[in-house]
Amino acid sequence: MLLPVAKPGSSLENKTGAWRVGFKPKTDEAKCIKCGTCQQLCPEPCITGVEAGRKPAERTFPVTDYDYCKGCGVCASVCPVKAIAMVAEEK
Amino acid sequence: MARKTVEGSFAVAEAVRNCEPDVAACYPITPSTHVAEELANYYADGELKEYITTESELSSMSACIGASAAGSRTVTVTSGQGFALMHEAVYCAAGMRLPIVMIVGNRALSAPLNIWGDWQDAVTERDSGWIQFYCENSQEALDTVPQAYKVAEATLLPAMVCMDGFYITHAVEPVEIPGKEEIRKYLPPFNPKVRLDPDNPVSMGEYALPSHYQQFRQDLHEDLLAAEKIVRDANGGYAAQFGRSYGDGTIEEYKSGDADYVFVSMGSICGNAKEAVDALRAKGEKAGLVRIRLFRPFPYDALAKALSGKKSVGVFEKSYDLGALAPLCSDVSASIALLKGDRPALSSFIGGLGGKDVTVAHVSEMLAKIKQGKTLTEWI
Repeated sequence: MLLPVAKPGSSLENKTGAWRVGFKPKTDEAKCIKCGTCQQLCPEPCITGVEAGRKPAERTFPVTDYDYCKGCGVCASVCPVKAIAMVAEEK
Repeated sequence: MARKTVEGSFAVAEAVRNCEPDVAACYPITPSTHVAEELANYYADGELKEYITTESELSSMSACIGASAAGSRTVTVTSGQGFALMHEAVYCAAGMRLPIVMIVGNRALSAPLNIWGDWQDAVTERDSGWIQFYCENSQEALDTVPQAYKVAEATLLPAMVCMDGFYITHAVEPVEIPGKEEIRKYLPPFNPKVRLDPDNPVSMGEYALPSHYQQFRQDLHEDLLAAEKIVRDANGGYAAQFGRSYGDGTIEEYKSGDADYVFVSMGSICGNAKEAVDALRAKGEKAGLVRIRLFRPFPYDALAKALSGKKSVGVFEKSYDLGALAPLCSDVSASIALLKGDRPALSSFIGGLGGKDVTVAHVSEMLAKIKQGKTLTEWI
């Protein structure tokens, strides 16, 4: 008898980054203003690092976790300064 | 053991109460039956621990899923269009291995709109992983409730107790209803090893990748097939304690042992069929009936054995698979295919849909056609 039961946190074992088909987001830190919009709207969510409580100048750059990024492109689409590009990737 | 003359719905509701469910969740409006209404009365009188009046049948099944996952014995009641609304969660209950018992007053599906009886609401859910019992009368329906809990909780599979809408749900018959104390001796408390528990949190109905999903489906299928034996044991154990049994729990053979031609069906129509067979037997005709009580898992081998050596078989059903062979006949056909040597001619009769009356005379006519040994498909 198999029970579809899982311990907390075990969904992290599903590395959804394998779902990307051909493109991944790449953030240009020279353009990025650390506004955090990409982090806020990432549906996975797999973008971290932008600390909302701080002033933009004191924040760190967003970091995309490619183990889970599905390559949907929402971050690139919402970025107000066009700092994120969807670039081709070979697997 | 209480003896009384009551409507089938009330008899079944009392049996449900006596199985002491922790949670009932029902949408108690048409097309539901008096079972839901009577359970609400029991709750109002303090005789049922919890009764959730949900905003739809989909919510009823969802509430039962949550309650069962938390380790509660649960029940819901539905019929017809309301049952159809549950569809998505019906599969979830089986896939999550939650032994919910659902009382079904079988009714037709729209369109055209119709609230009278046929089996299509439950038959259309035959692939979902639930155990399905079809009962002949009120007594069997109420006796099947504790058996359904026993089998469901032993196998962690949900179970439906199906009874014909109106012919059983609204018919007044004398019945014997086992009391709580007696049922406690038959049905041990529900105590699942895995449950929702804040001290030991788990996710149930977990996400399964393509690498694992099919394995769960295959495992569910194999466990459902294995439940056939548990159903027989539950029927035997019930007979030993209460003195009533229903065939071997999966099929009932009525004067079919030496019969040349056999009527096969399920549910309340088998009462009429027994009368028709009796009349033919009185004339020296070798007619018989095999009633299927357990529709899922389907008792292929038991049925094949019961139909072995017959000249012809006719299947009557209040269900359909439009554009294909009718579902019960399809399963009977698969049983017959297991036989070696000469196989009986097989006819399919579809009828009684949306409450269309099927009398003893109709069954006699069908038996006369079956006797001819042809392969027919007819709508009665």
